[in-house]
Amino acid sequence: MLYYLPTHEYARIEGNVATIGISEFAARQLGNVVYVDMPEADDDVTKGEDFGAIESVKAASDLYSPVSGSVIEINEALIDNPRLINEDPMNNWIIKVEMSDPSEVKALLSPEDYEKLCASEKH
Amino acid sequence: MNEELKTTCLHDLHVGLGALMSPFGGFDMPIQYAGIEEEHKAVRGKCGVFDVSHMGEVAVSGPDAERFVNHIFTNNVSGLPDGKVVYGMMLHPDGGVVDDLLVYKRSDNDFFLVINASNIDKDVDWIKSHAAGYNVTVDHQSDRWAELAVQGPDSEKVMRDVLGIDGADLGFYTFKTVGDMIVSRTGYTGEDGFEIYAGAEAIRDMWSKLIAAGVQPCGLGCRDTLRFEAGLPLYGDELADDITPLEAGLGIFVKLDKPEFIGREALARQKAEGPARKIAGLEIEGQAIARHGYEVLDTEGNPVGAVTTGYHSISLDRNIAMALIDARSAAIGTPLQVRVRRKVFPATVIKKRFYTPNYKK
Repeated sequence: MLYYLPTHEYARIEGNVATIGISEFAARQLGNVVYVDMPEADDDVTKGEDFGAIESVKAASDLYSPVSGSVIEINEALIDNPRLINEDPMNNWIIKVEMSDPSEVKALLSPEDYEKLCASEKH
Repeated sequence: MNEELKTTCLHDLHVGLGALMSPFGGFDMPIQYAGIEEEHKAVRGKCGVFDVSHMGEVAVSGPDAERFVNHIFTNNVSGLPDGKVVYGMMLHPDGGVVDDLLVYKRSDNDFFLVINASNIDKDVDWIKSHAAGYNVTVDHQSDRWAELAVQGPDSEKVMRDVLGIDGADLGFYTFKTVGDMIVSRTGYTGEDGFEIYAGAEAIRDMWSKLIAAGVQPCGLGCRDTLRFEAGLPLYGDELADDITPLEAGLGIFVKLDKPEFIGREALARQKAEGPARKIAGLEIEGQAIARHGYEVLDTEGNPVGAVTTGYHSISLDRNIAMALIDARSAAIGTPLQVRVRRKVFPATVIKKRFYTPNYKK
């Protein structure tokens, strides 16, 4: 199942694991990504709080976690090639989190609701 | 800060080109069109055009014009030939910078001052408040002038072929009057280039011709990455009311041998003692980008200052920054650290002119 935060992070839920990245809409808005500031394995993340940042030439944008839990994996390919995010943000995820409270996903946006939100952000 | 944003005479054309617009210095300005990197590379490699109509203009004229400009300006305008442009600052009595500006000398009794958009009201008040006792007229003309910057190695050819303006006879930091226009060989990118001041109608016409000829429109995003690489300061980052030109490493634009100017005593004292802080260049190890305001630490973790501007340099592919730091930590080669959010990255002091400018001298 795929869910989103209004701040443009997605969480793909498989069992107890959330795979977290940024949406295609966000990747387009950012422009070329030059650095992804990621936590480390075993770090704790909290729903709604920042777990890192994504940097374009212009600015740094905080990354917010859609769920709470413990980081089990980071996408190491992004260390050498952060632009993978621009190429395919849905497959080039940022972190995987073992969720401490899987019921938190109920508060996230469905893909349909997220799409509506993006449409309203376009001027 | 609910004041309405001002717009330049090209605003509708920027929107029509799909520019990302954002407030800067009280104006709704284009930040990027094609993207910062593409625009940056166009200026380094060929030519780009910027709308810089947000800049402010003030004419100072009258029998005491030269003496008055020398009173409020750190550089020396006496003995300059007509048609010369000089860079410098206006200072507070304590040596802090009111603004940095260009002064165009039209004649001994007629100077044209170009000031930063964000400081227009402050500067005009400052200039007028110091004019008492001088036989000068201070005429704020920002509403009358729009401005384009044509920048990059192909600028001279573009000026001639697209706009019919011959710039070949203009040396670096000189200007001429073409009809009602002022054309100078100046810029803020570290490349050869020209700046054109004219009325709204003429600027719209020239902008449209340049875009139609395929010249890359460039936003303030790459204006910042370009000037940063060339080690040029931006007021609000490397210069401020509480930063002196000596701290910013701009001593060559401060003529302490002039008999007097506002701020001279404070700077003479600071020069004798040596400034306690300096703007230094930093190279950051790793991929993190040191942005404005991030803390700079020594190798033991003690704070020594803060980043003023930082980017992943587009031309050099390195992570570099300018930072205002303790002068004792500012020697080239000094190992330091920069805090980027939760992490601390090693950094080294390097020369702050990261990119060697290609000016046509």
